[in-house]
Amino acid sequence: MDEQSGARAISENDDITYIRPQQGWIGVDWQELWYFRELFVTLTVRDLQVRYKQTVIGAAWAVIQPVLTMVVFSLFFGQLAGIRTDGELPYPIFSYAALVPWQFFAGSLTFSATSITANAQMVTKIYFPRIIIPVTAMLSRLVDFALAFVVLLLMMPFFDILPTVKIVFLPFLLLILILATLGIGLWLAALNVQFRDVRYVIPFLVQSLMFISPVVYPASLIENEWLRAAYSLNPLVAVLNGFRWALLDTDALSAVSVVLGTVTSLLLFVSGLWYFKQIERSFADIV
Amino acid sequence: MDKNTIIQINNVSKQYLVGQVKKNARQYNTLRDTITDAAKRPFHRVRDVLNGRAQSAADLTDTLWALKDISFDVRKGEVVGIIGHNGAGKSTLLKVLTRITSPTRGTVTYRGRLGALLEAGTGFHPELTGRENVYLNGAILGMRRHEITAKFDRIIGFAGVERLVDTPVKHYSSGMYVRLAFAVAVYLDLEILVVDEVLSVGDAEFQKRSLSKMSDVANSGRTVLFVSHNMAAVLSLCTTGVLLDHGRLRATGGIKSIIQDYQNSLSKMTQISLLERRDRRGNGDLRFASVELRSDYQDSMMPIGTAMSGETLCIVLGYQTRSPVLPRHLTAALHIDDFLGRRLATCFTENPDGYDHSDALPLTGELVCKIPRLNLAPGLYRISLTSKVKDTLADAILAAGTLEVNGGDFFGIKDSSNEAAYGPLMLDHCWHIRERAIE
Repeated sequence: MDEQSGARAISENDDITYIRPQQGWIGVDWQELWYFRELFVTLTVRDLQVRYKQTVIGAAWAVIQPVLTMVVFSLFFGQLAGIRTDGELPYPIFSYAALVPWQFFAGSLTFSATSITANAQMVTKIYFPRIIIPVTAMLSRLVDFALAFVVLLLMMPFFDILPTVKIVFLPFLLLILILATLGIGLWLAALNVQFRDVRYVIPFLVQSLMFISPVVYPASLIENEWLRAAYSLNPLVAVLNGFRWALLDTDALSAVSVVLGTVTSLLLFVSGLWYFKQIERSFADIV
Repeated sequence: MDKNTIIQINNVSKQYLVGQVKKNARQYNTLRDTITDAAKRPFHRVRDVLNGRAQSAADLTDTLWALKDISFDVRKGEVVGIIGHNGAGKSTLLKVLTRITSPTRGTVTYRGRLGALLEAGTGFHPELTGRENVYLNGAILGMRRHEITAKFDRIIGFAGVERLVDTPVKHYSSGMYVRLAFAVAVYLDLEILVVDEVLSVGDAEFQKRSLSKMSDVANSGRTVLFVSHNMAAVLSLCTTGVLLDHGRLRATGGIKSIIQDYQNSLSKMTQISLLERRDRRGNGDLRFASVELRSDYQDSMMPIGTAMSGETLCIVLGYQTRSPVLPRHLTAALHIDDFLGRRLATCFTENPDGYDHSDALPLTGELVCKIPRLNLAPGLYRISLTSKVKDTLADAILAAGTLEVNGGDFFGIKDSSNEAAYGPLMLDHCWHIRERAIE
């Protein structure tokens, strides 16, 4: 061992890690994320295992939650309030088709927002790309989403609805949903490290978002053209409407709302990623 | 640049905003605090200036250099002990090396995979089984699944948890927990292993096994950075050392000379008034202000420089409190360590004599520990102090003072040689001789 001052390069062969001050704009290190690819799987599996351990019916909760919500909504919004649906659809299938993506959104948001602080132990003691934590929080909800989605497919014949060819657009809608969910999730996760107020904002945020998204009512309820455009800035409008359109064959999905929704979800995702990377360097110091 | 260098640390500095440290202590801050603070701060500044208490530029930035211009190289296969007293920057250096926090200035370059055991069992989830946690922890350390599978049986075997491998770790004893975490980090083939004071937990048997496992790791050509206050462990494990002091690099070199430097700096520390020492922990409800040796406890007695085996020794601890403390809420402890940091004895305060127990302690005063017949062999010892008020750590100072013991007449046989080779302790004892037939 010898003390030395001037910068010299370590011999330029294999596997060198270079640590330097993190200042200014920090990009995402995709290569590093690829190196840690197995951690995505392991942490997602951990989240699922932990969520359903010591529960009696385990992963069945992923299905029971949206189904029970559907029953409650059908009773109160469908029967009592008499909210109309698109194209004479029965209210249960109408609401369930939107509840599946909605509950994925709400669940991921809540879970990823508190994910960094919930894993503070790990963040302050071990290095790995921090972004894996909120992303895997979302991925574990995606598994729940898949289960609830299978139930949706099983319910459709029961209501005499068969999927049309429009179902090929679903992956695109799902992508918009994931980008929007991750974008907001990253914002909240990073904010929550600095300001624990976020925790109290989330339930209110989720509740408000549910009312400005077409979950319990059809988007066609908003008739004013300008209001409609403003409404479509919410990417969930395109996604939830799109799910109904692709699966239940409702009236045409407005191209404007899809474009607007895609743009906002992209903006949310990119800005969320950016903000998260800026705050990430100080996580271990302030969490 | 020779290819034997595996870690290169170049002028690394780490600055913490002291505001950040305070937030840490309070655990979290709210948006409201930040807003009110931001609103108040300009007024406070103005008031300070008007009161003639304008702060220097350094004060205004409220910063603390936890590390300052650290540069050294580590060669492949070296086992480096990083030593220094509390607050010297050891943990911060490890956090920079493991990329948990980024340096404010300077660079670090290393080759290969670096794994850290900063606290055993981080990344373990209590609800998951031992098997699941081994895979989880391995993945966090950057290992591939097949690598973990290949090592799995040996990991479980070393930790001695074969029968509980499919039980959630929340049902493990704390010893098992630590053993399993240690085994994961040690058995995975990381080129560089960073270990921070984990050996202080776990039983003696495990400590022995983990020390020998770490020297295996070192002998197999891997590089180990080791932080510990246990100088005996550092001495037996490490070949070279790095001495940190207040965030600066004091010395690098062979481990023996580094430990010697450390001991010397500790001896120098004991000359600093205790109240000025910053390398202490605790909330400060009761702080030690001085350590003195006296031959007996009377006000007229002058402090003595050295103690004598077999004689009465009083160790007088001056203290100060911030608010009244009831005697029953106070536990003070005086530790006697040898110069390798091994703890030899601890004296706890319990029901101190000569004081009415229903009254609060004097705000400033003395705690006197009287040892009727000192049974330490001649040599140099260190006194460390801890105090707890209502079971919360109030003050802890390592090497608060030195205790030099000279040969006395412990056994009353007028032989004052009392060689250190006889061991550090003198036991009160007697011998008998009588006749007995051997069957």
